[in-house]
Amino acid sequence: MTTSQGAYAPAPGAAPIGRMLLAQTAFETKMLLRNGEQLLLTVIIPTVLLVLFSSVDVVSVTGPGNRVDFLAPGLLALAVMSTAFTGQAIATGFERRYGVLKRLGASPLPRWALLTAKTGCVLVTEALQVTLLSVIALALGWSPHGNPLTVVALLVLGTAAFSGLGLLMAGTLRAEATLAGANLVFILLLLAGGVIVPLTKFPSAVRGALELLPISALSDGLRSVLQTGAGVPWSDLATLAVWAVLGLAAAARFFRWE
Amino acid sequence: MQSEPPAVEVAGLVKRYGAKVAVDGLDLVIARGSVTAVLGPNGAGKTTTIETCEGYRRPDAGTVRVLGLDPVADSQRLRPRIGVMLQSGGVYAGARAVEMLRHTAKLHADPLDVDALVERLGLGSCGRTTYRRLSGGQQQRLALAMAVVGRPELVFLDEPTAGLDPQARRATWDLVRDLRRDGVTVVVTTHYMDEAEQLADAVAIVDHGRVIASGSPEELCRGGAESSLHFAGPAGLDLGSLAKVLPDGAAAVELSPGSYRVQAPMDPRLVATVTTWCADAGVLPEKLTVQRRSLEDVFLELTGRELRS
Repeated sequence: MTTSQGAYAPAPGAAPIGRMLLAQTAFETKMLLRNGEQLLLTVIIPTVLLVLFSSVDVVSVTGPGNRVDFLAPGLLALAVMSTAFTGQAIATGFERRYGVLKRLGASPLPRWALLTAKTGCVLVTEALQVTLLSVIALALGWSPHGNPLTVVALLVLGTAAFSGLGLLMAGTLRAEATLAGANLVFILLLLAGGVIVPLTKFPSAVRGALELLPISALSDGLRSVLQTGAGVPWSDLATLAVWAVLGLAAAARFFRWE
Repeated sequence: MQSEPPAVEVAGLVKRYGAKVAVDGLDLVIARGSVTAVLGPNGAGKTTTIETCEGYRRPDAGTVRVLGLDPVADSQRLRPRIGVMLQSGGVYAGARAVEMLRHTAKLHADPLDVDALVERLGLGSCGRTTYRRLSGGQQQRLALAMAVVGRPELVFLDEPTAGLDPQARRATWDLVRDLRRDGVTVVVTTHYMDEAEQLADAVAIVDHGRVIASGSPEELCRGGAESSLHFAGPAGLDLGSLAKVLPDGAAAVELSPGSYRVQAPMDPRLVATVTTWCADAGVLPEKLTVQRRSLEDVFLELTGRELRS
């Protein structure tokens, strides 16, 4: 089969940057939502943990209000970690392994735009997660307090911190190692980062170190605002900011595209 | 008036990976509007050279200009103008063929009609199958489609027909011919000599990181032992008597029992000489053929016949 003369005549050019960004963000989000393992991690696990531990008395909670008032902020933090860190690390690791990042490197899409699109994809997914978890938590009797803007600031800084760490892992390790490592870190931080188990349950020697983890800062910060209606948790924000700067700088420095 | 720079201009390119020298002073000029085949054994430096032109590798020495631009420093200006087909991969594991192609098209200002390209390369039948479950041939055709969908001026195809069935190979060749007809420059690496003979205006044979021969397929096949005459007959014919009637510089050998080859500058008279000798000997020459020196012969002469590790 042939085509009429001139059908392939060169007419090269990049699409407008806004169109590329939108297209790439939409495509990345579509790929993520289609991936069953990713959905398990980002949607099903946080939802199941929220429902289970709110209704069954197996973990001892602290602070005022119902069980759900303690658990909902922790699971919002977990949702951020699952998408920005674990999910993004695994997806990007395999994109690197299968030459997707390499091939995109020869397309008109600039690298910064690819990373912006990845961030956009993470934020869209998080918005869906936060909405879903909030609706379920409210149905379970959650009564959130505090300033919503402080909550947004915590979520955004937490996303930046986890994205830097996730991309650092994806850009330096083999895809299989990233898959195993990102899942392991997810489990460890789920248990030892104040998500469902209060950090006060840990011996004070380790507790000081655990409090410096990004997941602890995020869950503690969200809890102080949402559960007790406290003001801006500056020290948690500062911890997250340090992780974000270190993680993103290291990722920018060490990320290998092939 | 300054003339347009060549599509590709590589001078003295050196690229090392640790202690290993992958490309060792390679020179290559590719004219606009041509189809150029880059041939060479595995590990000769073909892919490294192509990937340097695509901006993936920074030269250790030498200069590379693609459409007059530096592929690393001017990457952002160059990339919209070139199409790239990697040797493998490049597609999200969970993406379907048509949606991936449609997405690639969206990154370009004035892409080809996706439906027509899907139809032409037979990608419509891939349906909802995700990339990792497509056959090797379907994956190759998708990568080819992604390389051309942005209407590039210059296309790099790294082993585009490796592992394809004959129909898909021909579909790929037809597309390359149409690209050339419409003024697109095509650079293709391949292990298939017939592919180079069929498609290429120019051939560059690369070995040990250098271009060791270049020219049109006709130019490369000319010269040397130009062609040969083969026939079959009874085993153990007395070739000494044949040698006496052949012109100087001709050589007759029995390749295997009953299979003969005469190497000489071939002309009708030489064929008559051989068949007359056969008639005098009472031999019917079966499977009588005259063969031109092929690109494969040239390639093997230049790069050796032994296996490469």
